[in-house]
Amino acid sequence: MPAVSKGDGMRGLAVFISDIRNCKSKEAEIKRINKELANIRSKFKGDKALDGYSKKKYVCKLLFIFLLGHDIDFGHMEAVNLLSSNKYTEKQIGYLFISVLVNSNSELIRLINNAIKNDLSSRNPTFMCLALHCIANVGSREMAEAFASEIPRILVAGDTMDSVKQSAALCLLRLYKTSPDLVLMGEWTSRVVHLLNDQHMGVVTAAISLITCLSQKNPDEFKTCVSLAVSRLSRIVSSASTDLQDYTYYFVPAPWLSCKLLRLLQCYPPPEDGAVKGRLVECLETILNKAQEPPKSKKVQHSNAKNAILFEAIALIIHYDSEPNLLVRACNQLGQFLQHRETNLRYLALESMCTLASSEFSHEAVKTHIETVINALKTERDVSVRQRAADLLYAMCDRSNAKQIVAEMLSYLETADYSIREEMVLKVAILAEKYAVDYSWYVDTILNLIRIAGDYVSEEVWYRVIQIVINRDDVQGYAAKTVFEALQAPACHENMVKVGGYILGEFGNLIAGDPRSSPLVQFNLLHSKFHLCSVPTRALLLSAYIKFINLFPETKATIQEVLRCDSQIRNSDVELQQRAVEYLKLSSIASTDVLATVLEEMPPFPERESSILAKLKKKKGPGAVSVTEMEDGKREGGELNGGGDRGPDASAMAASNASTPSPSADLLGIRPAAPVSAAPASVGSLLVDVFSEAGPAASSAAVNDEGFLSSAPPSEDPAPPLSEADELLNKFVCKNNGVLFENQLLQIGIKSEYRQNLGRMYLFYGNKTSVQFASFTTTVSYPGELQSQLNVQSKPVEPLVEGGAQIQQVLNIECLTDFSEAPLLNIKFRYGGALQNLTLKLPVTINKFFQPTEMASQDFFQRWKQLSQPQQEAQKIFKANNSMDTEVLKAKLLGLGMALLDNVDPNPENYVCAGVIQTKGQQVGCLLRLEPNAQAQMYRLTLRCSKDSVSRRLCELLAEQF
Amino acid sequence: MIHFLLLFSRQGKLRLQKWFTPLSELEKKKVIRDMTLMVLARPPRTSNFLQWRDLKIVYKRYASLYFCTGLEEKDNELLALEMIHRYVELLDKYFGNVCELDIIFNFEKAYFILDEFLMGGEILETSKFAVGGSVEEADTLQETMEEYMSKPAY
Repeated sequence: MPAVSKGDGMRGLAVFISDIRNCKSKEAEIKRINKELANIRSKFKGDKALDGYSKKKYVCKLLFIFLLGHDIDFGHMEAVNLLSSNKYTEKQIGYLFISVLVNSNSELIRLINNAIKNDLSSRNPTFMCLALHCIANVGSREMAEAFASEIPRILVAGDTMDSVKQSAALCLLRLYKTSPDLVLMGEWTSRVVHLLNDQHMGVVTAAISLITCLSQKNPDEFKTCVSLAVSRLSRIVSSASTDLQDYTYYFVPAPWLSCKLLRLLQCYPPPEDGAVKGRLVECLETILNKAQEPPKSKKVQHSNAKNAILFEAIALIIHYDSEPNLLVRACNQLGQFLQHRETNLRYLALESMCTLASSEFSHEAVKTHIETVINALKTERDVSVRQRAADLLYAMCDRSNAKQIVAEMLSYLETADYSIREEMVLKVAILAEKYAVDYSWYVDTILNLIRIAGDYVSEEVWYRVIQIVINRDDVQGYAAKTVFEALQAPACHENMVKVGGYILGEFGNLIAGDPRSSPLVQFNLLHSKFHLCSVPTRALLLSAYIKFINLFPETKATIQEVLRCDSQIRNSDVELQQRAVEYLKLSSIASTDVLATVLEEMPPFPERESSILAKLKKKKGPGAVSVTEMEDGKREGGELNGGGDRGPDASAMAASNASTPSPSADLLGIRPAAPVSAAPASVGSLLVDVFSEAGPAASSAAVNDEGFLSSAPPSEDPAPPLSEADELLNKFVCKNNGVLFENQLLQIGIKSEYRQNLGRMYLFYGNKTSVQFASFTTTVSYPGELQSQLNVQSKPVEPLVEGGAQIQQVLNIECLTDFSEAPLLNIKFRYGGALQNLTLKLPVTINKFFQPTEMASQDFFQRWKQLSQPQQEAQKIFKANNSMDTEVLKAKLLGLGMALLDNVDPNPENYVCAGVIQTKGQQVGCLLRLEPNAQAQMYRLTLRCSKDSVSRRLCELLAEQF
Repeated sequence: MIHFLLLFSRQGKLRLQKWFTPLSELEKKKVIRDMTLMVLARPPRTSNFLQWRDLKIVYKRYASLYFCTGLEEKDNELLALEMIHRYVELLDKYFGNVCELDIIFNFEKAYFILDEFLMGGEILETSKFAVGGSVEEADTLQETMEEYMSKPAY
């Protein structure tokens, strides 16, 4: 077949194109183009009416010129004329011109819309498709206004040709994306969902893109698509490689449709219907199995299409995050790909594992690949792959491997590509801060960072290290010593001088005892760098000098001399001059006391979200950050950098009204890292939300209204059956102390306290008789899954309990993950030879691990909306069992451990609470709303938690309390 | 959703540009420049993927021509590679042993074929038979509307 003049070739066009190609220079090309433009213009303006063919040819030439990158300011009218031609190819060129050169000239748009309208109503499928393409290509507001109501009709009309349906579906999608307000949902929406069942694979393929987009925006309205998608997927997955004829791509049945179906399912939680879910799990297993089968073709197209489906299936498995079996299989599959000889697969496996790393089921499994990933970072030839490896290391980092990962990333930085250095620096800084147990390690890491990649260390990073050193007095001496040593290097980065100047200015006194770092040595060292630095750094150094005068009066004369010299006091830079003059004056007229006050050590910085993290988020989309930060990212507001960006400058030094940060506040403000004994944090003024550091522990809020081991009336029954244990349990949901059990022989009292995910429970066994209890033993057991969710450690008790005596037992409790069952306490003893055996439920419930969270009304409703997936919510309407008195309710809600928020709910009768459940593995943000109806003596209780099982459990527990 | 598809030569000459999101001419020029610079600078035997701003870039070279496409975060890279391949197959089927010159001289046809295959940045039709069919058919539609309309519907 000839290359030129295929179909309706236009000779004139071909000649023009080859002329352009033969042009030796840009000037020659422009000359030729101008000649052609003049020619076309004269033809268009000429007296003789042009025939369709010529018009088409000239419009096509104009299009070519435009695509070469030249401006076209005429010919639009001729193109619009072509739209109403009755020759297909003329019409086609007209539409192409309009699609490429959209013009907002409203006059023209009206004409174009008219032509489109004619073609849409022509009932000629080819013309209809051309018109739909034009709408989709232009996608302007005017077109949406004209056609948004017409296209759904075409899409669902019974007599529409398949090819037109396909175009209509995607055309509507485009309009929905550009002008969602103009595409109104209606009767057509339910019929669109049923296109998933269409006989024609092409129609399904096109329609599913539309359905996916609509489902994302209106999940409830399109819910029915889940079961339809599952059954369609199952039919494709189980079909033989030739069943689908032309929709089989290199022996893979319908890869595009399969991937689209798997994407659609990712808009929804796992199917609730057991049969549908079973079928879907089967599909996912089949897809995973197929990955292990020998390929049906050696062509790369075959393996790409097959693996595309596999990756999409894995994405769905990760999205559900509820099938540990599938997650582990997915992780193993990706592990295989990590070592694959295809670079593309290694790249994708690293990318996909990044998301897998944030799943609690597979985080550990991902971690087992650490050596492979580190190796990839070191040896991959492709920078894209290395970047993914760095992302994955960042995502899989936790306290257990932080030192190794940070060390590897630091050593990679020395040779890293310039394009990714800044991001790497931020990531190292964040990891070092987040997982610092030992702050000297943190300081070392950041100083290394400055040494290795000083140019890429942004202000946020070095501000941050200073904030942390200021706020932690245990590391200040070490920091001073380390920067002092780092500054000894003959060539050190200016950022190092900044950090050094600041830290020595604040804490130089901590190392001044050593003659090798005496005040004068420190000063001379800093001043030796002064002349090589930029103005801002010099300004910072001048501030450090004046601080030196306060710290070390013996340096006063030397420093005053420096300030007094012309290069300072007459510096052409106003800021430097002003500082030199003012500091000189200050040092000579102020008394020591005044100096000491003015130049006092910087107050601690208020703890906020790390400004570095904010910067990383700004740099990259949310895809690159791990799950904790994703949660954290939800609170990105205007104030993120409030405290963090406060540069450590002289003006900032003077500002000393900072609030005192809590010693337990985490560096990043993400999760409390402090030990159980930490003092309660004062965070009232800070930006707090469900996921952040919470206030004082809840335990003290529960008021013990029963005297400890008071003599409650003895129970009639000798030994309580287990069924009563539930009631006993419910008694303790909102309080921590009291009598757990009592009969004629024995009374058991408890006292408990909880901090974060840990708790301690004191059990007091009182022998009410005058006879000794023998062989007294207690055992804690875990029903169901509780073994893996809760850890209770107890010391054995004395086997003998004398008559009238009381013995004490301490239980240490650790919440590993959320749980629903209560641990069982079995007590056995011999009383006068008879074996007593009773089993109780220990009142350890999930709400004990709450940390209250204060938040403003606006924040509350924003979180409330974010937790809007149906399974995240649990609701119960129930009759009041107790008094509906406000004070009683408030006390109970406080005892629950959440923060009771005032002025949040528009209805003052309602109660809203917020808190975070702390478990070892994760934090679960919870919001509660209780709506009493005093008239009906009813309550409506709603819980929304970031984890659905928690919503359900809390709802069950609380429904019994009111 | 695909944001754009660019075809350019090894010398960085743009041969085809298709945009599925509204961009100003200036922005388009910037994307074209960044893409040609980034893709042409890639050493041989590296992966076909790049990250550029918040887009995933997937590219592949066929003879002297690079096909380069920008995808959203959630899109499937491997499938995008095969989307490119399917487009090459469609061009090949139409032109017969397609080469860069075919696309230079018949750029409008290259656009028509692409339109049959992609719409609004999504796959419209994956069947080679169905796409090729309607483009070929358009070629035979040289007759007038009246002649066309009198034919039995297909």
